[in-house]
Amino acid sequence: MSSNVLSVLIFLPLVGAGLMLMLRSERATWNAAFLFSLIPLAVSFWVYSQFNPSNGNYQFVESHEWIPSMGISYHIGLDGISLFLVLLTTILISLALLYSGGGDITERPREFCFFMLMLESGLLGALLAVDVFLFYVFWEVMLIPMYFLIGIWGHGRKVYAAIKFVLFTMVGSLLMLVAILYLVYSARVHFDRLSFDLPLLYGVPFTRTEARWLFAAFALAFAIKVPMWPLHTWLPDAHTEAPTAGSVILAGVMLKMGAYGFIRFAIPLFPEVAIEAAPLFMTLAIIGIIFGALVAMIQPDLKRLVAYSSVSHLGFVMLGIFAFNPQGVEGALYQMLNHGVSTGGLFLLVGMLYLRRHTREISEFGGLWHRVPVYASIFMVVMLSSIGLPGLNGFVGEFLIMLGAFLKTGYWTAFAVAGVILGALYMLWAYERVMFGPITKAVNETIRDLTPREVAVMVPVIGLMILMGFFPRTILGTMEPSIDLTFQRVRTMQARLESHHSSPQLAALLPASQRVEMEPRTGATAQ
Amino acid sequence: MAVVAIGAIVVLLAGVHVDDSDSDGLGWLAIATLFLALLLTFGIFGQTGFTFAGAIAMDSFTAYFDVVVLLATMMTVLMSIDYAGRNRMPGAEYYSLIMFSALGMMMMAGAGDLIVIFIGLETMSIAVYVLAGMARRDPKSNEAAIKYFLLGAFSTGFLLYGIALIYGATGTIKIGPLAAAIASGSMNSNALLLPGVGLLLIGFGFKVAAVPFHMWAPDVYEGAPTPVTAFMAVGVKLAAFAGLLRVFLIALGPAAVHWSLVVAVIAALTMTVGNLLAVVQSGIKRMLAYSAIAHAGYLLVGVAAGAGSGGAILYYLLAYSVANLGAFGVVLAIERTGEIGSGKISGLRGLSSRSPMLAAAMTVFMLSLTGVPPLAGFAGKFYLFNAALNQGYTGLVIIGVLNSAVSAYYYFSVLVAMYMQEGGAEESEVRRARPALAAAIGIAALATIAIGMFPQSYIASAENAFHSAAITETQRAVSLAQ
Repeated sequence: MSSNVLSVLIFLPLVGAGLMLMLRSERATWNAAFLFSLIPLAVSFWVYSQFNPSNGNYQFVESHEWIPSMGISYHIGLDGISLFLVLLTTILISLALLYSGGGDITERPREFCFFMLMLESGLLGALLAVDVFLFYVFWEVMLIPMYFLIGIWGHGRKVYAAIKFVLFTMVGSLLMLVAILYLVYSARVHFDRLSFDLPLLYGVPFTRTEARWLFAAFALAFAIKVPMWPLHTWLPDAHTEAPTAGSVILAGVMLKMGAYGFIRFAIPLFPEVAIEAAPLFMTLAIIGIIFGALVAMIQPDLKRLVAYSSVSHLGFVMLGIFAFNPQGVEGALYQMLNHGVSTGGLFLLVGMLYLRRHTREISEFGGLWHRVPVYASIFMVVMLSSIGLPGLNGFVGEFLIMLGAFLKTGYWTAFAVAGVILGALYMLWAYERVMFGPITKAVNETIRDLTPREVAVMVPVIGLMILMGFFPRTILGTMEPSIDLTFQRVRTMQARLESHHSSPQLAALLPASQRVEMEPRTGATAQ
Repeated sequence: MAVVAIGAIVVLLAGVHVDDSDSDGLGWLAIATLFLALLLTFGIFGQTGFTFAGAIAMDSFTAYFDVVVLLATMMTVLMSIDYAGRNRMPGAEYYSLIMFSALGMMMMAGAGDLIVIFIGLETMSIAVYVLAGMARRDPKSNEAAIKYFLLGAFSTGFLLYGIALIYGATGTIKIGPLAAAIASGSMNSNALLLPGVGLLLIGFGFKVAAVPFHMWAPDVYEGAPTPVTAFMAVGVKLAAFAGLLRVFLIALGPAAVHWSLVVAVIAALTMTVGNLLAVVQSGIKRMLAYSAIAHAGYLLVGVAAGAGSGGAILYYLLAYSVANLGAFGVVLAIERTGEIGSGKISGLRGLSSRSPMLAAAMTVFMLSLTGVPPLAGFAGKFYLFNAALNQGYTGLVIIGVLNSAVSAYYYFSVLVAMYMQEGGAEESEVRRARPALAAAIGIAALATIAIGMFPQSYIASAENAFHSAAITETQRAVSLAQ
């Protein structure tokens, strides 16, 4: 039974999506959608409970032949890296569905729930795929529901935002497709075996030029998704014009897919190029941090401010990943989870404000503290988590990342710290303009405080923040073996490069096969 | 094949006394005949050999194409059943012409030598020229027919002259011995062969609407009655590519070093021009015409890559056919009576609320044509680009992939109209109770999904089909040389 649980996890939301289309009343649809989304949530928690934290390899593996003539198989598995992203996905989808039923989405609720559940399937599939073709299929499939969610239920220039989102992402992923095809072709030439299975592909040797182009293609697709500066221009529009639930999932989960792609594919497949490119990526990450923060500061629209803050926070994540040390990468992964929770929370809160006043302009608010104290307090906690206050989850991630970056070199960390300060600056200032001071607009006098449903949505968010802030060890400990295993190839390559530099004689002593080839990921094929 | 021919004549005669507005019965008769032919075609799979003294090849390649052509024809007839009567198109001539055209397509697919390809091409084309003008009272339809006929006749001249030159160069018109003659170098000289190949390329290029021979396509697709447009976009392309594959990948295969670069350039141009021009279209049939041009470009990438992509091309044709048939079916469903070529993309606005099933089906077709997983179009593109990459045509594949991204823009604009905009009701009408058309669209949608999610058996059958054609011809070349 346990061997099929991941397939159940992926396809159950799809089944639910189909069921959504058959329901009649609006209320029934919302309730059914939320209750149905609790099932994958429960399953993912069950998987967590059964997960073996000391094993860094894939667990709950399933493998069936799908298109044998192409070497494509339906091969899925879970490890410490994807486990928590899966949990994040199921939690956020449930919260988003719970929130949306409370009046945020008024038209065509059936189709909305259909697309949300279909999105969940796509996200889970991409996280759990071990076969590269399968990953690509889910990666593309993710786009379509999000496109509809933004384009139909969004605000403002929703159609423009939606098509921009699709085109940007699609160009990147199509170039990645070419790279995947080339990768598999090289694998077949070298191993005499046609297969899209990721563990096998880790061992393919490339010339420097080949590896650079392939890494570039993969990196482009993922960098657009993250998004890294300067490929981020789709994000502000997409996030701002999306409906609240859409923004929550977009920022909470989909952006992480880009970083996940780097960790899972781009870096382990081409470690030499990754090491070579690390300074470039860390620089771009820093630029993203500072740029995102600075632009966020001048935004008059609260939602756009949060969108740019995402660019800034994901810059931290990329900084941590390319530090290639345990602190950096673990910090980056932890920060991915943090950002999902805190920015998801921020978008929910902004959405609640929009629902009441139909505006997101900061200047339209002021002095809300007096009228909506519950809302303001929750907002404060979420904001502090986003800033990185010790005691809440954001601190752990940011600290680890900065530690990791510092171990690499001190300069970059200085810039990262500047980013933290700027982050505090724009968030606190925005909060002050919205919450504190006298009430400047008369209409704000009668603003309603949070409904029970909205409180119910925010409580788990706050809970997670506190838990993850005070007890990070469980999560970090569970992640560690998988991160270790995945980055083993990078470490081997680093060691080899260093030994080349320090003692050429020693390098010459290595057998010729070791000098030009890479060993396949040891013990990786958990069948 | 004989069944189709006899069936066509039967339909023609049966329809003599049938009123123009009541021709549905003839349509069902045509479908029954086609179905019978389909059943007989399944018996051809797995054979390798010739009939009619080497004129027609009986191999899996023929069978594969015959099956797809017959299915496409049946879908076209299904779509026409209500349409022909409403638009007062003469039923007997209409249905029998469709069947004659299908006959021509089957001949092209099963050709054993170049003259049979020519005969099949002409049979198919002349029928389609008339079909394009079938809505006699509509000036656009007449214009489409005349344009297609004049340009088509001209290009057929090129084709024939090319065949003559090739005969002069190699001394044979049979496919297999042709390949053997080129490979063994026993021809007189290249001076006759290469121009012959070039002229052949022009002739075929016109038929598949490759750039720069594509100018006729948008006008003809737009003006012809919509079921006929579907038939042209799918059937004619199928047959033309079948002929192209037999001639270029098998017969002229040994001379590939001469023509593959030219075909590659044509492919790149076709993809790019087709996609870029489609972006600016506001008429839906014109947009689909340019999209058909672009897809011909993708297929030509496979042709340029050579014999290793044969199976991929066959599978792509299947995926492309179902999606395109469905798309035209939806266009047909919302077309206003009497306004044949005027359907605009804006007429699709708000379709998701007026007719959610139709909108959902159109979404499937648009996404498949873009190449979004897990639909048939993605599997086709993936497989085709993989084949081309494996043979070293990385540059073409990158162009192809970027073009796919561009195509997302105009395919998605259809989705935008259907789901994110309101008020197309004054430009289009969705008629109720048309089971035949609904069935056709539904079948196409399900096929697109099924072929895409579980492509293994179709890919295997496509690969098999192409190899069997190569084998048949090699066998014949060997036996004739003895």
